Formats: sequence, C-alpha cells, structure tokens
Amino acid sequence: MKRLKGRDMTSGEMTAELVTITGDGGTRIGAYVAKPAGAGPFPGVLLIHHMPGWDEWYFEATRRFAHNGYLAISPDLYHREGEGASPEDAAAKARAAGGVPDTQVVGDMAAGAQYLKSLPESNGKVAVFGSCSGGRHAYLVATRTNDTDACIDLWGGGVVMGADDLTEKRPVAPLDYTADLTVPLLGIFGNEDSAPTPDQVNEHEEVLKSQGKQYEFHRYDGAGHGFFYHNRPAYRTEQAIDGWSKIWDFLQRTVN
Amino acid sequence: MCNWITHKTPLRGVGRGASGWFDVTQANVSFDHPSHAWDDHALLLDFVNEAGGPGARIAVEVDAKSGRALAEAILKALEAGEAEHALA
Repeated sequence: MKRLKGRDMTSGEMTAELVTITGDGGTRIGAYVAKPAGAGPFPGVLLIHHMPGWDEWYFEATRRFAHNGYLAISPDLYHREGEGASPEDAAAKARAAGGVPDTQVVGDMAAGAQYLKSLPESNGKVAVFGSCSGGRHAYLVATRTNDTDACIDLWGGGVVMGADDLTEKRPVAPLDYTADLTVPLLGIFGNEDSAPTPDQVNEHEEVLKSQGKQYEFHRYDGAGHGFFYHNRPAYRTEQAIDGWSKIWDFLQRTVN
Repeated sequence: MCNWITHKTPLRGVGRGASGWFDVTQANVSFDHPSHAWDDHALLLDFVNEAGGPGARIAVEVDAKSGRALAEAILKALEAGEAEHALA
C-alpha cells in the first residue's frame, strides 16, 4: 500500500461478500462486507444505510471504503422486514411501520462494529458513517456505545428533535445524548437542506461547542439533502468531491 | 425529511404487480424520500397485501403537484361515475 496525500490507496483489489451477523436481540441479519486485499492492519468503517434502504449506493460506498484501504461493513437495518425481500420492498415495509426502533439500530450496529474489530486484518479502530436517517443513527451509535472511534454524520435529519417529533421508536433526540459523545465528529451538510435545516445544524453545533466536543462541520452552498448520491438529482459534483476529501482527511486523522 | 409518517387506509380491490394480479388490502401513503422519483420528497403510494409479504406491493412515486391532481381526479371520477350510474 502506498500513501498518497494522507490517504491510503490500495491496489484496488478487494473481496466483497454478503455475510450474516448477530444483531440486536440475537437476531441474525444480513450485512455487506468489503475488504481490501492484504493482511492489514486496516481501520474499519461501519456504514449505516439511509431511509430508502440497503441499496446499491450503499453497496458502492462500502466498496469505495475498501478501495481506499478500509475494512467496511454495511448491515441491513431492514432485514427483519422480510428476509429475501428486495431492499426497496423491505424499505417500504419499514416506512409503513414508522421506521425501526433506535435501540434496535444501535444493537445491530454495535454488532457490525464488533464484527469489523474481530477480523484479523483490523487495526482495532472503527468509524461509523451514515447519511440521512443513517446520519442520525451514526450519532446515536457514537453516543450510545463504546464501539466506535470516530463518527461521520452526513446530513442526518432528526438529530435535533422537538417534543412533538418523539415517538415510541425514537423516544430521545440524539442531541440530548451529546454529553456521551467521546469520539471526534465530522458533519457534512447542505445549506439548502430542509432536514436538517441550517438552523438545526447551528443548534447542534452550539451544543457541541458548549460541551467542548471534538467536531468539525462543513456546510455547502448550492447543495441540499443527499448531495453525494450520484444516481439522484440531488447530486452536486463539486460539493460531493470536496465532501469526500473531508472524509478521507478525517479518517486519516482518527482511525488510521 | 425522513418523517416516517405513513397514512394507511384499508382497500378492497385488486392490483397488478410484478407477478400478476393480487388482492390489495391496504394503501400506505407517505410524503418522504422516494427511491426513484426525481424529487427530494415525493408522494409515495404503496398498494399492498401484507399477508403476501413485502413483495406484494405496487409502488407509485409522484411529485406533490401530481399527487394533488391525482386525488382530485379520483374524486371527480367517482362523482361522475356514480352520478352516471345513478342516471342509468
């Protein structure tokens, strides 16, 4: 492996496969794993998919991390909605059920982090990464477990929640867990997003700042929600390229 | 945003899915992130039969303007059709 501008570049050789892991409550759930070729040691990235589900973009992102020298795993949060169902059908069922419980997500993702750390190629460190609802979930995992070493929140809506937004499945605003955040946080947001709004991002930042947390937020003009998704009209090339560069830099400093 | 709010209404009818016709027993209606529609948020219509599993689903994603027009068209069709039927 050669080092280039602070970023680990592999030869591009990797293995990618579907595995099962023991998730929350002992339930076996599916996960997609990509690993760079070689003995390592490699840091890990735990990917939490977005509301539309365990889709192709997340599989691609999992491989992208492996391409760049990271062990990567993307567990299927909607596995319980119907094993063998298409990711879109499973996502629709989860949506109709009002989403999946926060505690279940945290349990599933803790299992994903532990899976990565158990690999012989692991350097023992894991960053959690998520976008959209997965960004919110990433913040929850970083604050509710001791299994991660860095947190990447991409436009996570619902970190800041009003009392009216709380539900049985989402009973606590992640912002209220900020005191428990002990790992560095990278936040990437579009200034044209409606969830989170720029005001909500500012509110989140104020809480982080007041509690002396290690964080960095990057806000992009001309971008809304989901501007990394190259298969969606929300994609913004320039902002996405810069955002990915922030991610590589952050990971280099936190888990490598 | 990911609001996770779904309005459900029972249905009695049939629909044609990927594997042919099946009984549709419920409509799930949301306004949230679509999988394919060209909008950040869209009206998501799922006509389902829960007994048939997650795949027993007919999915439609349309923008808000189209959704409102569709709702109006449904009501107009019902009014006109029922009136016509009553006259017949």
